[in-house]
Amino acid sequence: MQDLQTRLAQHTDLGEWTQQRADLAFVTVAREHLHGLLRHLRDHEGFTHLVLLTAVDWLEDGQFQLTYLMNNRAAARDIGVRVLIPREGADMDSIHDLWPTAATYQRELREMFGIDFPGSPRVDEEFILEGWRDMPPYRRDFDTLKYAQEEFAERPGRVSKDPETHMKQKLYPDGA
Amino acid sequence: MVQDLSDRSQYPARNRDGTLDVDLTSGKYLKLWQGPNHPGITGNMSVELTVCGDEVVEGKTHVGYLHRGFEKLMERRTFIQCFPIVCRICVPEPDFNEYCYAAAVEELAGVEIPEQAKWIRTLILEMGRFNSLMMYLGGQSGSLGLGVIGQWTTYVRDLMLDRFEELTGARIYHMFILPGGVRDTLPEGFDARMEETLREAERTMKDVWNVMFQNAVFRKRTIGVGYINPALFDDYGVTGPTARGGGVAKDVRRDQPYLAYPDLEFEVNVARDSDIYSRADVRRRDALQSIDLIRQILAKMPRTGPVMAKMPNMLHWKIPRGETYIRGECSRGEYGFYVVTDGSGYPRRVNVRGPSYTHAMALLERLIVNCNIADVAALLVSLHTYPPEIER
Repeated sequence: MQDLQTRLAQHTDLGEWTQQRADLAFVTVAREHLHGLLRHLRDHEGFTHLVLLTAVDWLEDGQFQLTYLMNNRAAARDIGVRVLIPREGADMDSIHDLWPTAATYQRELREMFGIDFPGSPRVDEEFILEGWRDMPPYRRDFDTLKYAQEEFAERPGRVSKDPETHMKQKLYPDGA
Repeated sequence: MVQDLSDRSQYPARNRDGTLDVDLTSGKYLKLWQGPNHPGITGNMSVELTVCGDEVVEGKTHVGYLHRGFEKLMERRTFIQCFPIVCRICVPEPDFNEYCYAAAVEELAGVEIPEQAKWIRTLILEMGRFNSLMMYLGGQSGSLGLGVIGQWTTYVRDLMLDRFEELTGARIYHMFILPGGVRDTLPEGFDARMEETLREAERTMKDVWNVMFQNAVFRKRTIGVGYINPALFDDYGVTGPTARGGGVAKDVRRDQPYLAYPDLEFEVNVARDSDIYSRADVRRRDALQSIDLIRQILAKMPRTGPVMAKMPNMLHWKIPRGETYIRGECSRGEYGFYVVTDGSGYPRRVNVRGPSYTHAMALLERLIVNCNIADVAALLVSLHTYPPEIER
């Protein structure tokens, strides 16, 4: 995929290029170059299939990584375009004009990670969660255990034990 | 020649923000919920229909009835602890999740699996594909009132589940594919018992052809109905038999071969009309192809050598920082896992790309416009969707 990298570098300011496999590479670009790069990949490089769009939460860096994965079936190769955006007030340009199906991914990211995509169709509509009031649950700092303990009542009569202590007591009842 | 009627009607009028101007008090329109409890829905999802007479003017897919937060759960589990979770993302065809996740983890950790394990994995994936297609054929015919087909296909699926049970010890969730390979070799006498099952399956498939595909009611209600314009395939991420039913030979097994597929002989099944009948016929031929592929695998696979690579202690297994995407062709289309690792003993992020995600959301909502209420179930089933992979 060296040839692709060379061609893309002529159009766009490319960041880190990671060649994961012979047929799969990831490249980081600045957010302002994303839309143009995706359009170029779709229209001129044969990456017509948007495989997925998802986010990775790098909590310690205060950033979200958005990954746009595209496939060129004729050339049997994939490229993942990474964009890093700040976690605080996260928003990103919508790409539903390039792939209508992207609106679904963006709606999910809005709900699960709290990343806004202004202008994306129905982006504020509930997708999976109904009446959710807490922080977006797929963020790393969302504590599932704490949420469950606060939100749901324990079933009466149910005893939960710490596995390590329980097994020690069971195996060594005299504390040996 | 079938025509694309998906944008035939523009009424009711659209508001400036793109929403439909539907006045439910006018008596002209009615809201109708198909699901989450409805015989014409696939799994735990629902479609909110706005109808005018018996014609749908708008449809919205609602999911979330089965949301268990698989992707989030996996971030708090070690790599091996994720295995009981991944298979549950898709009930009728769980093995694809195991394969994609295992292959992604192996690639990031630099593990090469033994040759025999590759073949056994391929065998399991084809057995799973066959089972999933049996469920589809039963569902598709059931959506049009042919209840008996579902009983026949459930019968052969059950025979295949027997083979799964003797191979893996489990019927539905097998957890047989693990990082490094598979758990065991084939049991003694497996080939003969599998051959018996395949013969029974072929007999049933003949009946299915005669009673379902030659049936006047089935043909009348599926030919020319649920047309997808092939020009939309890339816009809506359409893959698998749904795309192949429209003449586009998309098949990951051929386009980007994995496991033992480069050594197997098969033609990609396509049809040209892109309607419900074409998609059903592609899947019927896919099922017959799976039977053939299982025979080829058993004839060609090596029977000696290890089935598991030498692996580190799973309890303390850390994988270097990286990211990858692994895909395969499941019975419904492209299935893939995007896995990100950060050098710790836990996955940083796992994202599941299931074909239902694109087929049952944006695509369905577009196709359903102008559809007759009675055809909604057939259309939905023809996209072969499993909701858990949407809301994973």
